Amino acid sequence: MTEITKQKIEAQFGEKILAIATAYDELAFMIERADLIEVIMFLHDDFDLQYLHLSDITAVDQSERERRFDLVYHLYSFKLREYVRVKVQVGDGESVATLTSEWDSANWLEREVFDMFGIDFDGHPDLRRILMPPDFEGHPLRRDYPLTYEMPQFTHNRKEPPEVIR
Amino acid sequence: METKTMTLNMGPQHPATHGVLRVILELEGETVVGCTPEIGYLHSGIEKTAESKLYYKIIPLTDRMDYLAPMSNNLGYCLAVEKLLGIKVPEKAQWARVLLTEATRLNSHLVWVGTHALDLGAMSMSLYAFREREDILTLYEAVSGQRMMSTYFRIGGLADDLPDDFDEHVNRILDTLPSRINEYEAILTDNPIWRHRTMGVGVISKDDVIRSGLTGPLLRASGVKHDLRQARPYSSYDKFDFEIPTSDMCDCYGRYLVRVAEMRQSLRIMRQALDGMPEGRYRALAPGVVLPTKYETTHSMEALIFHFKLITEGFHPPVGEVYQTIEAPKGELGFYIVSDGSPQPLRMRVRPPSFVNISALSKLVMGQLIADVIACIGSVDIVLGEVDR
Repeated sequence: MTEITKQKIEAQFGEKILAIATAYDELAFMIERADLIEVIMFLHDDFDLQYLHLSDITAVDQSERERRFDLVYHLYSFKLREYVRVKVQVGDGESVATLTSEWDSANWLEREVFDMFGIDFDGHPDLRRILMPPDFEGHPLRRDYPLTYEMPQFTHNRKEPPEVIR
Repeated sequence: METKTMTLNMGPQHPATHGVLRVILELEGETVVGCTPEIGYLHSGIEKTAESKLYYKIIPLTDRMDYLAPMSNNLGYCLAVEKLLGIKVPEKAQWARVLLTEATRLNSHLVWVGTHALDLGAMSMSLYAFREREDILTLYEAVSGQRMMSTYFRIGGLADDLPDDFDEHVNRILDTLPSRINEYEAILTDNPIWRHRTMGVGVISKDDVIRSGLTGPLLRASGVKHDLRQARPYSSYDKFDFEIPTSDMCDCYGRYLVRVAEMRQSLRIMRQALDGMPEGRYRALAPGVVLPTKYETTHSMEALIFHFKLITEGFHPPVGEVYQTIEAPKGELGFYIVSDGSPQPLRMRVRPPSFVNISALSKLVMGQLIADVIACIGSVDIVLGEVDR
């Protein structure tokens, strides 16, 4: 079933597809940051594909790479009953076009990516932290953000500031 | 004449927000003209924690997201890791998983119907619903020893064999619940107050529901016949005979009808699963990935070595990435796991249904009365543990 999507995408975009693979019965392909909207809207609008449901937006921090983030979109087609994964490489400080004009759900999903990874989305109507408090510093899901543990405060250490263990 | 809107802060400590959801409402008289949900009060960093844990140690974390549907979360995670590893789960484990996740759906929907009706003034409903939920929690306790955070599914199968009195517990649910659901319907379905509070409230059209990414009962109550159990069957759901209830009403009442109908379908699936439960192993035969049984560990040196290695070092899945979605009680629950070949995942992402569903709240309540906000929050059916993770 993933065949038709693969054929259509390759026929339409050809050179613009940087990598395409089917693993675990899931079609995934990588594109340039600038082509994102065009490719996603093709998947959305094409009559044979109709990837109408934006399932998820997330990112993966491949911290040793120069452009460290993989921005990952999962789309679902009610017609084909298939998922497709679209990946974009994003460097630290680079921004990506928003999908909020097509999907309302992209609003919160992109806010979460911004909050957790610090990736900016151009044209997002309300880009601010969502899970972490507004005055929080750093982006927790980056690989270099340490997991810390704060000593619980009891009566014997109540007066001292909480000890943070890394 | 100059008119002013009033800002009203609802929550985070409000009984009708089902946890710690804060909603900032802009009001013009009693009409809602603006609504901003604020979340994050229950954020526990599950995705970050998962990056430093061995694969099998993440299962208990998943319980704590949607704590009304622990088995569904376990199932989604285990299926994702099994897909990554290429393990085939024995038939008995698959059927037991189906039975228990449907019990979980009942659990979630029972709490929903109880609390939603309580919010709208039908107080006795919550007492009845929680009474019936007790049987399901007893079933959880029988299989896993735990009433809420069961952690019963493991990578490759189940934690332990089904107990001897399993049939008895399931039969008690199957015998009592159908008539009890009739009672709920007798209380609510034709109740004029209930209909008045829910009909035409929180309307969202078919196009908007897809645009907003809503899944689960919300999607089906707006006339989209989509259920991942049939669209992309997992864990042998294709071997079961059940229907997907839908409604074209697009409002809170439609969502109520869909969920009640889903409860009846869940009972139907549970009956089929119990009657046709296959014999055989409850865990896949995959040494090095699946823990040996207690008997094997005490009687075989190799099993003991595998046990030791698995507990201390974990297993190394191949490099790759998988995205596995299941139809959880609240909608599409997805697990995206990226493996770099090490015993901990490079990234574990949860696609939470409640998170996406509650993001459409402002669209549901716009232009409604303030009392209807309660009905809308209730009908979306959120668990803040999953929204914030």
